[in-house]
Amino acid sequence: MILEHQPSPAMHERFRGDHPIVVEGLVNRFGDFTVHEDLSLTVDRGEILGVVGGSGSGKSVLMRSIIGLQKPAAGEIEVFGRSIADADLDEEIGLRSRWGVLFQGGALFSTLTVGENIEVPLKQFYPEIGGRLRREIARYKVMLSGLPDDAVNKYPAELSGGMRKRAGLARALALDPELLFLDEPTAGLDPIGAAKFDRLTRELKQTLGLTVFLITHDLDTLYEICDRVAVLADRRVIAVGTIPELLETDHPWIDEYFNGPRGRAARASMERDRK
Amino acid sequence: MSEFAQFSVEEEAGGGAVLALSGPWLLSTIRDVDQRLASIEGPIARIDLTAISEIDTVGAWLACRLTRQHGAQIVGASARAMRLLSAVENCESEHEFEPPTEPFWLRIPREMGILVGKGWQGAIGVVGFLGQILIALGTLIRHPSRFRGKALVRQFELVGVEALPIIGLMSFLIGIVIAQQGSVQLEQFGAEALTINLVGRITLRELGVLMTAIMVAGRSGSAFAAQIGTMKLTEEVDAMRTIGISPVEALVIPRILACVLMMLLLGFYASVVAIVGGAVVGDLLLGIPFWTFLERIKDVVPVHDLWVGLIKAPVFGLIVALAGCYHGMQVKGDSEQVGLRTTMAVVSAIFAVIVLDAFFAVFFTEVGWG
Repeated sequence: MILEHQPSPAMHERFRGDHPIVVEGLVNRFGDFTVHEDLSLTVDRGEILGVVGGSGSGKSVLMRSIIGLQKPAAGEIEVFGRSIADADLDEEIGLRSRWGVLFQGGALFSTLTVGENIEVPLKQFYPEIGGRLRREIARYKVMLSGLPDDAVNKYPAELSGGMRKRAGLARALALDPELLFLDEPTAGLDPIGAAKFDRLTRELKQTLGLTVFLITHDLDTLYEICDRVAVLADRRVIAVGTIPELLETDHPWIDEYFNGPRGRAARASMERDRK
Repeated sequence: MSEFAQFSVEEEAGGGAVLALSGPWLLSTIRDVDQRLASIEGPIARIDLTAISEIDTVGAWLACRLTRQHGAQIVGASARAMRLLSAVENCESEHEFEPPTEPFWLRIPREMGILVGKGWQGAIGVVGFLGQILIALGTLIRHPSRFRGKALVRQFELVGVEALPIIGLMSFLIGIVIAQQGSVQLEQFGAEALTINLVGRITLRELGVLMTAIMVAGRSGSAFAAQIGTMKLTEEVDAMRTIGISPVEALVIPRILACVLMMLLLGFYASVVAIVGGAVVGDLLLGIPFWTFLERIKDVVPVHDLWVGLIKAPVFGLIVALAGCYHGMQVKGDSEQVGLRTTMAVVSAIFAVIVLDAFFAVFFTEVGWG
C-alpha cells in the first residue's frame, strides 16, 4: 500500500492543494473561557462547507482564526498550505489576496459608495491597474452579485439589508478570490431574498470555481447549497459530512438540530423540490 | 510572478485580423494590458483564447469588452473561460460611472442655498428643541416621581466631579501665567501690587468661567453628542419611545440640569484655583506673601465681579449641554454622523459661549458693574 508510506513532498503539496483550509488542534481562549479545544477541520477544494453550531459555540471565532484576525492560543492553521501565523508580511498579503470575506453586517465602509468600497481592495493590492478598468471591474462585480447597476454610486446607508449583503459580497469577490468566507449571509433576509442569495452563492461557486466556508443558522441554506456540513459543539468540530451522514451519528445536539420541527420542515421542502 | 498577460495581432488571409491572447489573464497579471489594448488598430475579426494559461473574471471582462468594441468573435475558449465569459457578458450597462458633475457657477450658488437652508432649519430645530425641554421640565414639575434622580447624580459625577483635576490644573496654570505676565508689564509703572487686582478681577469675571465652559464643552458636550448619537443609531432612543419613556426626559433633562449646576460650581472653583495660582507667583516672584495676596483680593475685587461670573456660568452650561444634546438627537443614518455631530456640538457650543460672553461684558458694564 502506497498510502502507508511517508508521503513525498510532492504528494504532500498535492494533498494541500486539494484542501485550501486545514485546521489542526486549534485552541482559542478568552481569559478563562475556552472557546475551542483541540479543534480540527479540513475543507475540500471546490466545496461549499456549511458550519453550524449553537449561539456562542465559536463559529465566528473559528472564521476569524482562519483569516488571521484572532491569534489562537495553540494549534496549526494552514490556508493554501501556508500557515498565516508563520507567514512574513509579503506572504501574508499574498494569502489575503486569495480570499474574500463577507462579514455579518456587510461591514461596508460607510463613507464610501458601493463602487468605491469594491475599488478599495483593488487599489490596495493592484495599484498598477488603471482607474477606468478598476471602475469597470467594480461595476461588473456589483452586477455579478445581483445588484442593479446604479447601486454602484449609492452609499451603504441608502441600501436595504439584503442589498448591503450583496454589496458586501461584491467587495469580497473584488480580487477574484479562490476562497470565500460567508458569515451568516442569509441572517436577517426575508425568505425570498435568502433563497435568492443561496442560489447566487451556488452559481458563483460554479462559475468562479470558489471554495466556500459558510457559517449559517439557516437550515434551508444547509439543505439547498452545502456540499458538506461541519458541526461545532463541545468546543470542537464533532462531525463533518453530508447531512444524511450527519443524521446517522447519534449525537443528541445533531439529532435535535436536524430532527427538530424546523429541521424536518427544511428537509421536507427540499424533498418536495427534488420531486 | 514572472508571467504576465500578453497579446499579439496577426493578419489572416481569410479576412480581418486575429487577436491572440496568451499567458495568464488574471487580475494579478494583467498590469497595463488595458492601456495597451486601447492602442490596437481595428478591425479585429476574431479573438483567439487558445494560448491563455489561466483566466479569471477580469480577463473574461477584458475579452468581452474587446468583442463589443470590434464586433469580434471569440474562438478557442476553454470551458472555464466560456463560463466566465457568459457570466460577465450580462454585466454591461449604459449607466455612467459617476453622476455628471455640474459646472461650478451652478454648483456654488446651489451649495450656498443648501447651506443657508440648513442654517435656517438648524435655528428652528434648536428653538424647537428648547421648547421640548421646557415642556418636559413642566411635565416633570407636575409629576416629580418621573424625575430621574439617579441619572442626574451620575451626570453630576461625570460632568462635575471627574472634571475637577483637569479644570483645577488648567486654572492654576492660567493664574500663574496671568500673574507672571501681568507683573512684567505693571512693573514698568512700578505697580506690581496691582497684579492682585488683575488676577482677582479677570479670573472671577471672565477667564475662570470662560475657560471652564470651553473645557466642559470639550469634555462633556462632546460626550453628550456621542452618547445620544450612538443611542440613536442603535435604536435605543426609539426603544425608549416605544416603552413610553420620553427621551428628552430621560436623556436630555438630566444632562442639561447637571451641566447647568456643575458649570456654576466648576466656574467658581476654577476662579478660586486661578487666584491661588496667582498668589503662588506673587509669593515667589513679587515678594507678596501668599496669605497677604489672598487677603488683598477681598479688598480690591468688588463683589459684583463674583456675581458677573456666577450669572454667566449656568448660562454657558446650558448652551454647552443644549448643543451636545441637540446634535446628539440629530444623528441619523450611519456612524460617520456621530463624529460629524460631535464636532459640530463642540464647535457651536464654544462659538456661542464666546459670542455671548462679549454681550455679557458690554451688558454688565452698561448696568454699572464695570
